[in-house]
Amino acid sequence: MTAVASDTWPRRLLAAVGSDDDDLYAVHLDTWGALPDVSGPAIVEAVEGSGLLGRGGAGFPAGRKMRTVAAGANRRPVVVANGAEGEPASGKDALLLGRAPHLVLDGIQLATRAIGADEAHLAVHLGSPVVGVVRAALARRGTADAVRVRVHEIPSRYVASEESALVHFLNGGEAKPTFTPPRPFEQGVGRRPTLVNNVETLAHVGAIARRGAAWFREVGDADEPGTLLVSVSAQEVTRRVAEVPTGTTIGAVADRAGVIRAGIGAVLVGGYFGSWLPAAYAWQLPLTHRAMRSAGAALGAGVIAILPPSSCGVAETARVLGYLATHNAGQCGPCLNGLPAIADAFRRLASGAWDERWWPALERWLAVVPGRGGCRHPDGAVRLASTALSVFAEDIASHRSGRPCHASSAPAWLPAPRPPGGWR
Amino acid sequence: MTMRIRVNPIACEAHGVCAEVLPEWIELDEWGYPILDGEELPAQLLAHARRAAKACPTLAIVLSGE
Repeated sequence: MTAVASDTWPRRLLAAVGSDDDDLYAVHLDTWGALPDVSGPAIVEAVEGSGLLGRGGAGFPAGRKMRTVAAGANRRPVVVANGAEGEPASGKDALLLGRAPHLVLDGIQLATRAIGADEAHLAVHLGSPVVGVVRAALARRGTADAVRVRVHEIPSRYVASEESALVHFLNGGEAKPTFTPPRPFEQGVGRRPTLVNNVETLAHVGAIARRGAAWFREVGDADEPGTLLVSVSAQEVTRRVAEVPTGTTIGAVADRAGVIRAGIGAVLVGGYFGSWLPAAYAWQLPLTHRAMRSAGAALGAGVIAILPPSSCGVAETARVLGYLATHNAGQCGPCLNGLPAIADAFRRLASGAWDERWWPALERWLAVVPGRGGCRHPDGAVRLASTALSVFAEDIASHRSGRPCHASSAPAWLPAPRPPGGWR
Repeated sequence: MTMRIRVNPIACEAHGVCAEVLPEWIELDEWGYPILDGEELPAQLLAHARRAAKACPTLAIVLSGE
């Protein structure tokens, strides 16, 4: 993973990125200086004023979330930094933690101060290279931090980084989603009110506490300001992480990543819970939650996957659906039964081993499965499948008539790693 | 008082008792799991809904608003 060099887009989160041989703390201090002496209420106010939206996917206002956790607490709250990036096509959290961990660690300290927490956890993937980096970074900071941060290694499963799953894991259980309410902000780690933030969100907090809300708003969309980390995959690049102003169009991001637009038919936006969009439409779309919603899509955690002209959208969707089916938590009937059924139908569609009698069943599953899980896993998978049916309608028609396109036997493109053995 | 009925999908094991007790309101999908989305329950079905919640072997039926 490398960062895209940029002439005009400001580098904030990636302003102080060190390489393997650097003292990452020295690189960080050189750009950002020491942790600022700002009071808890002032941090909440600055984050609220900045308009920062959470960068984990849902896009909830970060300041309001802090205020809610701080206010609801008759018990000391807890901070959980989520760096257990579940999206196989996302590389932003690993880049941030691997190259600029101290801005995230600053953000964790500032968040504990903001909400009055005396306990903090950082969740990363089990066995990931960033585990060593963050442990070394914490050791390098020594006793400078007010609150000790405990590092946890979470199994690399798609749903394990969902916030209730994360909290359940930190409470000693399996990394599987739990029935809500209560939501973690009401009752989370140790039954205490828990602020779960994505590590990119916390890195922004580290910057905002130093530079201020007005500085944050100098860049990006007026209603959803700042910069955003995106992960771009295409024929030319794999999980290329770029820091871009919010509101930048997908086309501009593609150009900057060196992607040749000609011949591209579709773009997957928002990750594996995301939506396929026709490329001509996607190029014009600005990267904001608002614009994505109006396009029937979601920004998610900033994954942009540009389908190579040599790949088949139906086959790629089938593979990702197979991945989502094997990564379900096995807890809820509609997901446990529905996702493999949908994935299997897509696999048959993709390969040409199709029987028209399956079509009504596929349509029924896509209608009956969403909204009926303990988490949003089935909803996301169905969104991916449904948008594939409309965006690749022409291809689907060929596949249904038993004539899969020439690209359906192309090498696999989107990553679909097998799940690990356990949930702990 | 409006009452809502929903299922805890993690606890549900598709015994199907709820649909037997409350067929006017609960339909099962092809795998035997109830299709419910927390909608408001008509007053005349309240007693049946309580019975359905009590009869569920895994106590997965959740009534709220009482």
